[in-house]
Amino acid sequence: MSVHPVSAVSDLEEIYDLLVVGAGPAGLSAATAAAECGLSVLLCDDNGSPGGQIYRGITEASAATKSRLGKDYAAGEGIVTRFLASSASYAARASVWSIAPHEPETGEASGLEAGVSLAGAARLIRARRAILATGALERPFPIPGWTLPGVMTAGSAQIAMKTAGLVPSGRTVIAGTGPLLYLLASQLIGAGASVIAVIDTTPNGNKRRALAHAIDFVRSAYGLKGARLLAQVHRHVRVIRNVTALEAAGNGGLSEVVVTHRGGTERLPTDLLLLHQGIVPNLNLSLASGCASGWNERQATFTPTVDEWCQTSMPDIGIAGDAGGIIGAEGSALHGTLAGLAAAWRLGRLSERERDERAAPVRAILRSALRGRPFIDELFRPSDDFRIPANPETIVCRCEEVTAGAIRATMPLGVRGPNQMKAYLRCGMGPCQGRLCGLTVTEIIAQERGVAPGEVGYYNVRTPIKPVTLKELAALPQSDSAIKAVAGIVEKPVSANHPQSHV
Amino acid sequence: MTDRDVLVVGGGLLGASIAWGLARLGLRVVVLDEGDTAFRAARANFGLVWVQGKGLGKLEYSNWTQASAALWPSLSDELKRETGIDPGFSQPGGFSIRLTELELQRGVDAMNTLQGQPNIARYPYEILNHRETKARLPAIGPTVAGSIYSPLDGHANPLRLYRAFHAALHKMGAAYLPDHRVERISHQDGAFTVEGPWGTMSAGRIVLAAGIGNTRLAPMVGLNVPLVPSRGQIIVTEKTMPFLHHPVGNIRQVDEGGVIIGESKEATMDHHRPRTPVTAVLADRAMRMFPIIGELNVVRIWAAFRIITPDGFPIYEQSRTCRGAFAVACHSGVTLAANHAFTIAGHIAQGEIPASLSTFSSERFDVSAAA
Amino acid sequence: MFRRLPDRQGDLVTFTFDGTPLTALMGDTVAAALLAAGVTRFRTTPVSGAERGPYCMMGVCFECLVSINGRGNRQACLTTVEEGMQVETQHGAATYSTEISA
Repeated sequence: MSVHPVSAVSDLEEIYDLLVVGAGPAGLSAATAAAECGLSVLLCDDNGSPGGQIYRGITEASAATKSRLGKDYAAGEGIVTRFLASSASYAARASVWSIAPHEPETGEASGLEAGVSLAGAARLIRARRAILATGALERPFPIPGWTLPGVMTAGSAQIAMKTAGLVPSGRTVIAGTGPLLYLLASQLIGAGASVIAVIDTTPNGNKRRALAHAIDFVRSAYGLKGARLLAQVHRHVRVIRNVTALEAAGNGGLSEVVVTHRGGTERLPTDLLLLHQGIVPNLNLSLASGCASGWNERQATFTPTVDEWCQTSMPDIGIAGDAGGIIGAEGSALHGTLAGLAAAWRLGRLSERERDERAAPVRAILRSALRGRPFIDELFRPSDDFRIPANPETIVCRCEEVTAGAIRATMPLGVRGPNQMKAYLRCGMGPCQGRLCGLTVTEIIAQERGVAPGEVGYYNVRTPIKPVTLKELAALPQSDSAIKAVAGIVEKPVSANHPQSHV
Repeated sequence: MTDRDVLVVGGGLLGASIAWGLARLGLRVVVLDEGDTAFRAARANFGLVWVQGKGLGKLEYSNWTQASAALWPSLSDELKRETGIDPGFSQPGGFSIRLTELELQRGVDAMNTLQGQPNIARYPYEILNHRETKARLPAIGPTVAGSIYSPLDGHANPLRLYRAFHAALHKMGAAYLPDHRVERISHQDGAFTVEGPWGTMSAGRIVLAAGIGNTRLAPMVGLNVPLVPSRGQIIVTEKTMPFLHHPVGNIRQVDEGGVIIGESKEATMDHHRPRTPVTAVLADRAMRMFPIIGELNVVRIWAAFRIITPDGFPIYEQSRTCRGAFAVACHSGVTLAANHAFTIAGHIAQGEIPASLSTFSSERFDVSAAA
Repeated sequence: MFRRLPDRQGDLVTFTFDGTPLTALMGDTVAAALLAAGVTRFRTTPVSGAERGPYCMMGVCFECLVSINGRGNRQACLTTVEEGMQVETQHGAATYSTEISA
């Protein structure tokens, strides 16, 4: 058997047992496990080939690319291969812009309705359940000048390397904290890039907190890898530590990185600055779908509320992988399998006993895979200075160009949370829909109010969470009651010219 | 209770406009509001300052609306002067675009009936066919039947207006208390005491401007604010180059560049989730009106509840049994903002809603119930 | 700012950026193709006119918006470059048609 590729919305079925969103390790594994249990599965993904961001481009990667990116990258091949051999339907370059309970105008509400766009057309499909495996994105890194051309995320450089074989050609600085920082530095050095400095913003105090988890870490796979990477990077590149301030400067584009550390302030002429301070769950789809979430202090982000079977607060929606809280690629793949098994169980394809039997070995590996995670979370938790910008000039909302100063200056109007702030300043109203400012705005408000971010809350995220044109929406099924609600009268009954309508 | 004269319950556009109006008359105002996720009609407000078509069945509402449109320039100027925030008001004349001949005819009939009401303050309007509409709105689509134009219609930026009211309130030292949901109101010895999980607070006067919350609160002070469910859905697009320089009844390009679309009314208060068939109709009709916007990406779709009384007209009323308690309820919070800030606030400060506004008393609903 | 690794080879695709012909590798995203050609400034913002270029390369930041074949606000990092594609810098808010934007 092999996956059924879907290249147009007209190829989609009316209804699937399971819709999986995202073709990273979690989504691929969830779709595979569910399909292997006999569910009809549709996997939708933004990109042209499976793998997500971590295994981006794995199906086309040359031997040279694989060797450059290392064993962890190549591990994606097995997950992708198993998925491609499954009976799932696979829609590449398909965006899922909404998921909501299916509520027909007449008849029983059941399952979900999802808005899917593919090749310039939108379609509403139904699914009995959904698993959101939307992965992670890099945490906002709001420093002065981070909007300048020439300042990019570390992940973007990896994606450029994975998908297009591009490596930085000019003076490159990598700044921030997190396991990816040294991995990327080592990959770029290996590929011959001119990395002139690694600016490590890891706060010193983290080490003490992380030590509590050190034993687990040393026993974990992360431990050895991390030590090797550090040693390798140190051999080749200047590493700047004890950083208290960081700024990207330039006129219309980056020209230098200004870094303040124990030794004073230095200006490093730079062509490309790659920023990274860890990854956070990509929340937009789960929030827009109504899934509850809460503040996760250790990961300094909101994470959706999920139980041990990946079930969210919404009855038919599960979440797998980093989208539910950062667990890394290996953990995500295992978590995805659990989510797929849980879906099969909830839809009656597996008994509870079968589910548990199949899940037991997965859970055992997952436990060991996650052993070093608390250490990593503590060690690389970015400092307040780089999450909650003190400099009033620093842009927080890149889309609407709202600064930290403007946000703070609006607090005296009695703002309690990000939604009121959004109404006042438009932060979060741009095309990125708050993905690059949501956490920062919440944390600034929390700091100003002197309360925990969980008490402040997050943006109300609205659909569509992916770009969909008005034209695409206009072509969706209409109904007489909807026409009456808008136009006041129905001149031509819809049933005559909209055979697709679910009236 | 010596340090405050009036409690305003509700800090949305309506409450803020009245509170500001009271504060600028020298009253010491406290605004009690809910928190970050309060239902806010202002967040879904279309931003029209709209006269045409309003007042069918109640000519006083037409006159009331016209009066507010006429006061708007001074409201805009004063807010800008006081806060430096420009509420984005302009009055270039507005269009109701009609997609079909039947829609156009229905619009014409409604305007004729409206303006045929005795004692109505007539205002200018024009019925335009396709060609005439196209001459003024070059972006309209080929199937548009025509439009109704009135030079009195205008628009503002509702969120900046909302912020300007709050900034002006703040500047005048009025107290704004978020996370102060009011659960109970009592009246004793001429003082009103409001109560919530946060504590209690008293003043000699109280204004209920709590939107759908008014239905619950009004009876506590001898008032009645019946509302009917009305859900409206809004689509907002990404920013695009200016193409629409006039407000249209259901489509507006805001001054930041985005296009806002919304004209649905559903008799439900079920939830905030948009319904896709309604989204499809909104998008389809908007595109037939202005085909150019079809390529725009949609950034947000959501639904909000309107504050609609059973006959659709506002309520402005003082309690007969608890003097000093006022209820205000209406949709069109932007159109009427100038009336609320200047006129209604003035009446409340004086302690009396004048007989000329008695048509907006909720007693009209008692009568119809008895009939 | 970026160069192509020598082991990365494939069929060439020709496209234009602001009228200048450029080549890309088949399968490149528009963003990768422009970065490979030395282009770092993709657009100016509608709010302040500031210059911006790609930031995340994975479709979440909406910084790499360009005009493609006359349609504005296209995410360069999610669009595969095609032969003959006309890519342009996006100045401020997107435009879609010149005839009625006056």
